[in-house]
Amino acid sequence: MTEPILEVSGLVKHYPLTRGVLFKKQVGAVKAVDGVDFHLDAGETLGIVGESGCGKSTVAKMLVGLEQPTAGRIRYRGEDITRLSGKALKAVRRNIQMVFQDPYTSLNPRMTVGDIIGEAYEIHPEAAPKGDRRRRVRDLLDVVGLNPEYINRYPHQFSGGQRQRIGIARGLALRPEIIVADEPVSALDVSVQAQVINLMGRLQEEFHLSYVFIAHDLSIVRHISDRVGVMYLGRIVETGRDAEIYDHPTHPYTQALLSAVPVPDPEAREHRERIILAGDVPSPTNIPSGCRFRTRCFKARERCALEVPLLAVPAEFRGTRGPAAHDSACHFAEEIRVVPPETGREHGNGPG
Amino acid sequence: MLLEVRDLHVEFRTRDGIAKAVNGVSYGVDAGRTLAVLGESGSGKSVTAQTVMGILDVPPGRITGGEVLFEGRDLLKLKEEERRTVRGAEMAMIFQDALSSLNPVLTVGDQLAEMFTVHRGMSRRDARARAVELMDRVRIPGARERVKQYPHQFSGGMRQRIMIAMAMALEPKLIIADEPTTALDVTVQAQVMDLLADLQREYDMGLILITHDLGVVADVADEIAVMYAGRIVETAPVHEIYKAPAHPYTRGLLDSIPRLDQKGRELYAIKGLPPSLTAIPPGCAFHPRCPLARDVCRTDEPPLYQVGDTRGSACHFWRECLHD
Amino acid sequence: MPEEPYEPERAIAGTGMGGTMDLGASEAATLEKTPGGPDGTGPQDKPRSLWSDAWHDLRRNPVFLVSGLVILFLVVISVRPSLIASGNPLHCDLAKAQEGSQAGHPFGFNGQGCDVYTRTVHGARTSVLVGVLSTLGVAVLGSVLGGLAGFFGGVWDAILSRLTDIFFAIPVVLGGLVLLSVITSNTVWPVIGFIVLLGWPQISRIARGSVITAKQNDYVQAARALGANSSRLLLRHITPNAVAPVIVVATIALGTYISLEATLSFLGVGLRPPSVSWGIDISAAAPYVRNAPHALLWPSGALAITVLAFIMLGDAVRDALDPKLR
Repeated sequence: MTEPILEVSGLVKHYPLTRGVLFKKQVGAVKAVDGVDFHLDAGETLGIVGESGCGKSTVAKMLVGLEQPTAGRIRYRGEDITRLSGKALKAVRRNIQMVFQDPYTSLNPRMTVGDIIGEAYEIHPEAAPKGDRRRRVRDLLDVVGLNPEYINRYPHQFSGGQRQRIGIARGLALRPEIIVADEPVSALDVSVQAQVINLMGRLQEEFHLSYVFIAHDLSIVRHISDRVGVMYLGRIVETGRDAEIYDHPTHPYTQALLSAVPVPDPEAREHRERIILAGDVPSPTNIPSGCRFRTRCFKARERCALEVPLLAVPAEFRGTRGPAAHDSACHFAEEIRVVPPETGREHGNGPG
Repeated sequence: MLLEVRDLHVEFRTRDGIAKAVNGVSYGVDAGRTLAVLGESGSGKSVTAQTVMGILDVPPGRITGGEVLFEGRDLLKLKEEERRTVRGAEMAMIFQDALSSLNPVLTVGDQLAEMFTVHRGMSRRDARARAVELMDRVRIPGARERVKQYPHQFSGGMRQRIMIAMAMALEPKLIIADEPTTALDVTVQAQVMDLLADLQREYDMGLILITHDLGVVADVADEIAVMYAGRIVETAPVHEIYKAPAHPYTRGLLDSIPRLDQKGRELYAIKGLPPSLTAIPPGCAFHPRCPLARDVCRTDEPPLYQVGDTRGSACHFWRECLHD
Repeated sequence: MPEEPYEPERAIAGTGMGGTMDLGASEAATLEKTPGGPDGTGPQDKPRSLWSDAWHDLRRNPVFLVSGLVILFLVVISVRPSLIASGNPLHCDLAKAQEGSQAGHPFGFNGQGCDVYTRTVHGARTSVLVGVLSTLGVAVLGSVLGGLAGFFGGVWDAILSRLTDIFFAIPVVLGGLVLLSVITSNTVWPVIGFIVLLGWPQISRIARGSVITAKQNDYVQAARALGANSSRLLLRHITPNAVAPVIVVATIALGTYISLEATLSFLGVGLRPPSVSWGIDISAAAPYVRNAPHALLWPSGALAITVLAFIMLGDAVRDALDPKLR
């Protein structure tokens, strides 16, 4: 087996909560990310799903160096990039780029599209010789499906979907190996989402990219991911190949999450079991003891308050080789199938 | 029919000309039924709802034609004072963003109680008691204590429940919910939709659910109206539309969403973008993006053809679409 | 599978997953207005930037041209007042005091019998100098301090914020009386220095606020993710997006600074005769406004036109720097 292109271990990000203006005193911490491990193989897509506040965006920011981890390691091709600085860091950054969620705020409204995409070459002059940059920007526009003649236009002259294409072109400018996409389609209209998802799929093949795809929409994550990690309150609670997670989930949170997704099939609504979770996600400043999901879990017992469940293949599945044998951080893991195969019309390939 | 919208036209004056936001929309909902109005941003679904509620900003908006019949009365002909008695008491609205719809400097109890003191002339004390009752009814735990808290002290899901409580306060006959769960997480979304459905059943209300989410629609709606560029392009009972859409736009939407139960191949993507409302294409507004488009689509605007007994489709070639 | 289409023609902004209505009309129209269509070459090939586009716009903007001409005229007469007023502004004849317009003296005479036309023209130098230099000083000092405090935050921000609070608490007139009374030089410099000293916190506060707003945008994060350093973030991304409110407030303040010089002169701590300035003349003419309104009217009118010209210039520049308005 080849070495993974990206390996994250024990990743932690705590934001200190302080009081006072000049003389600050720490009174607690927001534990946004609280011990995350995963790896990414070359050419694959790792989907990370979770609800708002689970820390998935903070993970993305740490991967691209926008936030410094409080603890833990991010290894890119074996090298820990959290300790790098200066030139070495800049070199690594070239290989890990980000696509942002909001195409309206992520493009500088006072820069032309050419400058926005070409800025990558100004920051990394070694990536492209000066005379060649303009041509490369035009090529990139073409690659993401925009007319290269639009190079002198400003972001506000484009629609949301087109802006997201510009954001993707910017991410591609340095020919990175890894792209971290944080909710790249959630701000777009349904009919435009599919265009952008298809584009990302095509680019992955064309440029042999590895994706970390972060989203709250479970259907989109399944569509695009090879492997999936489910996050809850700063940790990954279950991870595995897409079919393992979606068709054979063993963690109660994953099961609840999957069962809550509205399925576009009215026939399903009568015979669908829904697991409706009680209450809200606890505050990340005050994480429950033991299993962090226990306060909302329909299976919680005494053991859950005392003992932190590890992210590993649960004991009951360890002997089996079935799809339920994947990492799940639950003391009482049990396979429940919650996503019914959809009935109704076949998922066709569109009209015409 | 509890509410019936007939041939409604609304336009907006903008810097670049007249934007035709709603162009001849007709729909209706009965007591105890749920109509889902499905559309993307700019389809006119929210503007129609605002017009029904009487909260459209005029100007820049202008109602240029049509009727909004509520129990047979045309609301558009009422004076503003008469309108106000209908709003809140007879029909109420739930918005997407609960945080900005609640006043941050008043406790939620005060805001709920205000509904009763203003509309029902209750004493502050009685109104307060009713507020607690309401919060109980929308399943907010510890209502008696939490009634004294401010909106920011509640989570997103709880705030949306408070919004529902406010809408329900005067037991209206019709509720219009504009993307009520879009801002919420899936697990909370399920809780809130369940609550809304339960309350609707209990009070036999009509519900107009405005959304872009095909999944939510399939879960709760009885009827669907699909909107595109300010027109209704397809109407149908919910079961039929998912089985066999009769309009290429609906069909494209259904095909373009990734599915939970299978790893997809390439998604079908409707090509192009929705039109600018200042320059809606002539003929069928969808023709530049439509795989079935022919010459007639570029010139003749399709009426809402009757499809079977219960459905309608504004496509010249609905038969092809249906049987394809 | 459909091809990934070019989608140039129309655009409705999908601002979110629905909910709000976005008429997106402006987008569609601006797309069509942009010079050089999809097939056009030529102008499209030249890289454009915010500044070159802004200049391109300004040259065609009548507001900018008119205000620019007025300001140019003011600068010329400030440098060489004798070009249009050959008389001596200090030559006064009490016998003609408060007399109205007459041949050779179109604006009449003031209370001291000095020629109002000559004095108004010669007064431009002081007033324009005080107005422009104070504004420049205030804007530069205020936006650098406020901008850096907003960008870097932390302790420096806390210190600067308290410092601006202190300066805000100083009453302008009283401060002027105290500080300027110890200075004997009868030039514009102490006045300008005083105005800058008291004026910078106003701009600093605005600059700090708009830098903080601009800093939070995703495009700043995106540039950081590309590896941009602080100076690039500040110069390329934050300044162009934070400068508009500073321009507006600074150009409005310019008028107040010119009148502040007048107030200080009136109180006897600013400029003193034989200096000539609009401020001095306005204060001197104010008591005789019933008998000789013209002596007040002309310098005040000149002041008003100057202030208006700078405000218009500021407006035009601000608009030119906003691509959305193009």
